[in-house]
Amino acid sequence: MSSAFNAIDCDVHPTVPDMKALLPYLDDFWRETVEERGINSLETVTYPPNAPLSARPEWRSRNGRAATAASELTAQVCDRWRAELAILNCLYGVGLLFSEDMAAAFTRALNDWVAKEWLDRDPRLRASIVIPMQNTEHAVDEIERCASDRRFVQILVLAMQETPLGRRHLWPIYAAAERHGLPLGIHAGSTYRHSITSLGWPSYYIEDYASHTQAFQSQVASLVCEGVFAKYPGLKVVLIESGVTWLPGFLWRFSKFWRGVRSEVPWVDRPPAEIVRDHVRLTIQPFDAPGDPDEVERVIDHLRSDAILLYASDFPHWQFDGDETLPAGIPAALRRRILVDNPLATYDRLQSR
Amino acid sequence: MNIEVRPGERAPERAKARVGIFDCDIHPKSSLEDLRPYLSNRWWDYLQTYGQRQRHGYVKGFPYPKSQPLASRRDSWPPDGGLPASNLDFMRQQHLDLYGIEYGVMNPLSPTGQGEQNDELSAAMAFAANEDQLARWNAREPRLKASVVIPYENSELAVAEIRKRAGDRRFAHALFLSRTSELLGKRRYWPIFEAAVEAGLPVGVHVFGSSGRPMSNTGWPSFYIEEITEHSASLQASVASLIVEGVFERYPELKIVLIEAGFAWIPALGWRLDQNWKRMKDEVPHLRRAPSEYLRQHFWVSTQPMEEAEDPDHVIDVMEWIGWDKILFASDYPHWDFDDPFTALPPSLSEERRNQIYSGNAKALYRFD
Repeated sequence: MSSAFNAIDCDVHPTVPDMKALLPYLDDFWRETVEERGINSLETVTYPPNAPLSARPEWRSRNGRAATAASELTAQVCDRWRAELAILNCLYGVGLLFSEDMAAAFTRALNDWVAKEWLDRDPRLRASIVIPMQNTEHAVDEIERCASDRRFVQILVLAMQETPLGRRHLWPIYAAAERHGLPLGIHAGSTYRHSITSLGWPSYYIEDYASHTQAFQSQVASLVCEGVFAKYPGLKVVLIESGVTWLPGFLWRFSKFWRGVRSEVPWVDRPPAEIVRDHVRLTIQPFDAPGDPDEVERVIDHLRSDAILLYASDFPHWQFDGDETLPAGIPAALRRRILVDNPLATYDRLQSR
Repeated sequence: MNIEVRPGERAPERAKARVGIFDCDIHPKSSLEDLRPYLSNRWWDYLQTYGQRQRHGYVKGFPYPKSQPLASRRDSWPPDGGLPASNLDFMRQQHLDLYGIEYGVMNPLSPTGQGEQNDELSAAMAFAANEDQLARWNAREPRLKASVVIPYENSELAVAEIRKRAGDRRFAHALFLSRTSELLGKRRYWPIFEAAVEAGLPVGVHVFGSSGRPMSNTGWPSFYIEEITEHSASLQASVASLIVEGVFERYPELKIVLIEAGFAWIPALGWRLDQNWKRMKDEVPHLRRAPSEYLRQHFWVSTQPMEEAEDPDHVIDVMEWIGWDKILFASDYPHWDFDDPFTALPPSLSEERRNQIYSGNAKALYRFD
């Protein structure tokens, strides 16, 4: 079956133009709330709209925005880079809201907007179910509501949350994910419950963006240590826009400490590095590559897995120039696995087109 | 790691076969009583009544209970009944003499007043900890060099403590704990870097301490294993901050030693910062070079807890990317994750590399000879 594909793009971003776009998907109360209270935009500073990283210059339209319509995105991602399927990860800031009720309503609207304005318009598109992490019951409800639409292929949460993701009060979400064959996608970003580094607010955006990898380290440690994978052996986790090269060194330290103090977490019954290779995947942009392709090859070797990387362009974020969607130095034998085989093995729902 | 060490079985011949070891991280233990001669009555009485308040909730002990008492090797409790690393003779027998330590840098962790909520008390305790290192340790055992413990949350008081010690070659570096209340590159800490450069002292940053903020940027983890794993992630933020804020443009002589933080994350952090700097140089016009170049030039790393990859050659790759001249051996005596100087480094390293890491790099950095 995999021969039918050239590539599957596991991370692309549809842009919500403003709150008006979601009004048709809200009930009267929430529509009135948006208008009466002047809620115009939920864009987040994770991607300041005009910052170079937020959209590559040539992909911005005259108003400075990129990827506000399905055709804009598929022209680049599917037509030019020959991805037969692309997974939409919508990063509109519903996850930052403090009201559980507002979060649930806006998140429902967002998922419905994605289904109607994007999935219905191009059969090559798939999407993640954004879930309201403000309330576990609401999150499970949203999974149940959307899961019957097989075009939704994973659930999506931001990397920086109020509590680490392994914590037990969140487990009903993972039970639902496992039940429906939906990987848990963790995407770069913050709900801004804490400072964006664990030592406070940095002065520069470059530091903000670098800090996401720190959250991914904490989330992997939490999911493993709390025993999520022991409880839900079918659960897969995809780290999206996480960077890649931080992973081996993190696993060395984590596995070494596990050998020293594993009696604290007796349900972690084998080295964390093994658990991560079995359950966790990473999208390939950004890779955070060393400058030299030979060094890239060495880092790939450090990962000790040909199944762990998934192709992603991260469109429209500016992670690479030209058409260099994969970092130079990826061994030829691995390319096909990254482009097609690994995404298919990760996302059960992609296999039935 | 946490194994019984049997002195005498293998030490004599192996110790001779090696250059003297420069151990960059030893934790001598003092009690509050030991600091008393150097504390005013005002602060001694205060400590008796109100105790320390160190940006976490407990009067005694740690927010994340350690894996064993005082995080110390179970064989490190001295025969006199005192605390691990509180007895110099036993430390000599179990560590300094056994392994042929030529120099050791003392990084006292508590009680030192670092991170204390009250700045004046923090400064008083730092002064006392420094006097105690000289009197009870260095004076009796000159191989042990002291750290200038500083009350880093108040730069004025920290600068004063550094100036008191400037020119005193018994001190190796000015010491921070990594869990500062703000990122290390922030302007509030710059006077401390300036004073360290003026005094010709590197700045050591040892993991732990209490920031008052959650241990991760996604909140408080549940377990000690997460806390110790995440100290490297926490420090990554401060290393990025030091570079991106332009601290090394302002203080080109500044040298930072990262202690007990692991080192395998260093190259990837540099690659990530470089990648984003290339597209967003306009945000940080004060940087004249790629972030990874500041990382390569201004940072040293200590080895313990030694990185252990499933394939040992992978660690060698990382050491090469960091730079063979920047890696310093550390044992972390007497803590449970102590690295044995005889066996810690990957066996395939050449004699030249081993000598650099065990001694040459630290001698060039600290210049005690």
